[in-house]
Amino acid sequence: MSEITMVQAVNDGLRSIMKEDESVLVMGEDVGPKGGVFLATENLTAEFGEQRCFDTPLSEDGIIGVGIGMAMNGLKPVCEIQFQDFIFPAFDQIVSEAAKMRYRSGGQYTVPMTIRTPYGGGIRGGLYHSQSGEAYFAHTPGLKVVIPSTPYDAKGLLIASINDPDPVLFMEPKALYRAFREEVPEGIYEVELSKTREVTPGGDVAVFCYGAMVPVCTEAAKRIKESRNKDVRVVDLRTLMPLDEESVLQAARDCGRVVIVHEAPRFCGYGAELSALIAEHAIETIEAPIKRVAGFDTPFPNTLENYYLPDARRVLDAIEEVLDF
Amino acid sequence: MDDTLQILDETGKKVGKAPRLKRETLLRMYRAIVSTRAFDDRCMKLQRTGKIGFSIPNRGIEATSVGGAAALDAACDWIAPHYRDFAMMFYHGISTEGMFDNMFGNCDDSAQGRQMPVHFSFTEPIKWLSISSPLGTQITNAVGIAEAMKRKKEKGIVLTTFGDGSTSTSGFHSGMNFAGVMGSPMVFLCQNNQWAISCPSEKQTMSESYAIKGEAYGIPGIKVDGNDVLAVYKAVSDAVKRARAGEGPTLIEAVTFRMGGHSTSDDPSRYVDQALFDEWEKKDPLTRFRAYLIAEGHLTDESAAAIEQELADSMMAAAKQAEAKPRPKLGSIFSDVFETMPKHLENQMGECISHFSERDEAVDEKGEFPL
Repeated sequence: MSEITMVQAVNDGLRSIMKEDESVLVMGEDVGPKGGVFLATENLTAEFGEQRCFDTPLSEDGIIGVGIGMAMNGLKPVCEIQFQDFIFPAFDQIVSEAAKMRYRSGGQYTVPMTIRTPYGGGIRGGLYHSQSGEAYFAHTPGLKVVIPSTPYDAKGLLIASINDPDPVLFMEPKALYRAFREEVPEGIYEVELSKTREVTPGGDVAVFCYGAMVPVCTEAAKRIKESRNKDVRVVDLRTLMPLDEESVLQAARDCGRVVIVHEAPRFCGYGAELSALIAEHAIETIEAPIKRVAGFDTPFPNTLENYYLPDARRVLDAIEEVLDF
Repeated sequence: MDDTLQILDETGKKVGKAPRLKRETLLRMYRAIVSTRAFDDRCMKLQRTGKIGFSIPNRGIEATSVGGAAALDAACDWIAPHYRDFAMMFYHGISTEGMFDNMFGNCDDSAQGRQMPVHFSFTEPIKWLSISSPLGTQITNAVGIAEAMKRKKEKGIVLTTFGDGSTSTSGFHSGMNFAGVMGSPMVFLCQNNQWAISCPSEKQTMSESYAIKGEAYGIPGIKVDGNDVLAVYKAVSDAVKRARAGEGPTLIEAVTFRMGGHSTSDDPSRYVDQALFDEWEKKDPLTRFRAYLIAEGHLTDESAAAIEQELADSMMAAAKQAEAKPRPKLGSIFSDVFETMPKHLENQMGECISHFSERDEAVDEKGEFPL
């Protein structure tokens, strides 16, 4: 047990599973001797050799296309897309090939591949180093979408994703890479996919969030406890597809008031699905409009990113609004 | 075509050194071409009578497919194909009935009727990667399959096939580039049939050939007469040997001609001059190979006619069997999305089945209840 950051936990997760399972390999741009632009793959080439952790040509559709082939033929590739903003050349390979292979071959060919990619704002990355594209991918049948928010979950969810028999897009909130440390066990452990995590207990308002918005929502929950003695149940979704619908609905029913928070643009964002899900199945228990706090429907700004990203103040406003309805 | 490898001229006369092939293999190659024509004819009739929705004619390009297929070892090699290579399947003895199951999208179709016809997927007797409709995507997948073979220290190689149009895709560029850098054990077989639906080669590339594109990736590029089955076999065999020996990938351009429409939905007379069809009819790969086999004493006019009849009959029989099978079960819409069906799909499957059952609509036209 040692206290490590999220990016160290990702590194530790990769190292642990590579030690255990020879079929796991890591590939992507600059993941080799450099160890990745965020050092998530640091020392893996030195420890496991160039056949197990290697740099590829600069081509996202190539990285994913080649990874798919490896996965179909018995390996478990972990492909890194350096920034999620760069994933779109590989969109076709992810959506048309990886996600549909099992379905279109009746299970003759499968793609047990993990795609790791840092996403989200908070590092002054502007238009092309800040986006949160989870909704594009959660909309794709056959693809799992996982987003951790703590070092412990990052390691356990990553190992579970690598061991999963289906393709997983593992989106890492880069704003949290070095935000805090947490005790993380050594060796292999899994955090089960498709299970939410209750971050704070509470029965007054349910706040659904994931990734870098989890600490923002936790801060807002703390403040409302202090100011109005209200208990907010912050729920970290952890897996966006397939979603733990039961836990989401349970939290919504228990609290009767719902706020949904993500940094991606609001329109057709993941919050729209959550909101519809709750409206369809739990409307009778809902006492206030379901409120979304999200990025604006604009491209991601650079200088003014702090005004774009939801912060604790905006989340707090939304919580107060649903409480006072 | 001066730099183009040719062994049989247009009349089937030997003009180069023929590869040493057993009579049995030569006849297997011949039968694969005849099977493909018979399959094409059957599918055209099935489509025109509304029994299947779609097919992809293969007429004219069969020598490229068969020459490529015959160079492989089905026990360890994979094919990552595009959609116009049926003769490869016949050469390797993929089940004809299984192919028709796909054409009809019935309950025995490996894809459970989820894909359009001709999007075949098989694992036996050779790994035939499930076909995708977007073009060029299989090329990088093939590199990955080959790299897995290398890492697992297997002796297999991957043959990936694609048309001239696919050389414009990012998949071709990325696949060639990755394979060049990684030295992947594979062969890129470009079936240059000169048309990407209606787009001719001169609008596809300004390169002097497709083979020359290999140079940019450090991969040897070879141009071969794609209607000469022995020349294609020779070129692909040499490339397979190189790949198996760890000497890296090869790009082969097989120059051929699509003697029909892109698909059963296409009318090529809108964009191909009849004169071109007339010119290429004289280079027909089937008549050329037949003339060679007759000259070599492997075949007679009578035995050739008997083979044609036999294979036409077997296509008819296989098609009838596939046509008689029921559709896939309604629940198959929801299976194989993930290995384990998640809760939301279980719910949707339940809703779907009860919706149609309540209205007695979950009964297909044959009166079967496909649940």
